[in-house]
Amino acid sequence: MEKISIEGTPKTPTITFDTGKGFLEIKGRSIPENSIEFYKPLVDWLEKYSSKPQSVTSVNIQLEYFNTSSSKCILDVFKKLEAINKGGSAVTINWYYEEDDEDMLEAGEDYQAIINVPFKMVQVAE
Amino acid sequence: MMLNIYEFYDKMERNNIMLSFKGDITSELLTSVLQIMESKLDTLQEEPKIKKKVYNVLVECLQNLYHHLDEVSQENDKIRSAIFMIGKIDNSYNIITGNYIKNTNIESLKKRLEDINILTKEELKEYYKLVLNNGEMSMKGGGGLGMIDIARKTGQKLNFDFAPVDDKYSFFSLNIKISQ
Repeated sequence: MEKISIEGTPKTPTITFDTGKGFLEIKGRSIPENSIEFYKPLVDWLEKYSSKPQSVTSVNIQLEYFNTSSSKCILDVFKKLEAINKGGSAVTINWYYEEDDEDMLEAGEDYQAIINVPFKMVQVAE
Repeated sequence: MMLNIYEFYDKMERNNIMLSFKGDITSELLTSVLQIMESKLDTLQEEPKIKKKVYNVLVECLQNLYHHLDEVSQENDKIRSAIFMIGKIDNSYNIITGNYIKNTNIESLKKRLEDINILTKEELKEYYKLVLNNGEMSMKGGGGLGMIDIARKTGQKLNFDFAPVDDKYSFFSLNIKISQ
């Protein structure tokens, strides 16, 4: 099993995907002008992972900022996770937001309403 | 012709403009501008909540300009150019953008903005989710969510105008206010 990672930049998040542990983390900022290009490798990895997933898949989304261009790509990632969850791996999405950041909490709730995967809203101190 | 630069300066000073730019909007420019604004917001010791809101809305406004210019401006160098200003008056931040738009595109944009402006907070949330889930994704990933997101995050109507330029182009301006 492999561990895949993308180093963060001022406009893109750090992505860690440990397929052996069934752990995916997206952390930092996601505000690139071209999000499709950035998220394509992750969507491809998830596609590959979905054929042989771990029994439990844990996903941490800890974003400080994300733009609307990324929001569609994040939905694509969640749709892959929805399929993985349906396919037999118990997926949980942990959505982190800072305690005063209502916009980020609401964004998590938007996804929760669309995607059929258990979400956990995790409040963190600033 | 001699430009009176002091007139420009004085006008901007009186309107509390923190940062302004006119010219071609590139990805590198946006990276720099966002870094500058972030450190200005830190210097002003804004609450994290307002800082995040201003930053988020600024990203959407500037990337709107970026994607728009990329789409329309192959044929004419002048229209690659755009303008934006960021100011703070009393406790409100103002983000003003301006760019050329083809006259033939005015009606559809105007309708899109007016449709957003009649929605309540709850309706905006539902509309956002609808476009997010069903909306077409443009090649660049814009997909029409930007304006809805700006209206949602600011909680204010989108204030816009089209100034006629010639028989082919007009100048579109958007004035976004973020109150504390």
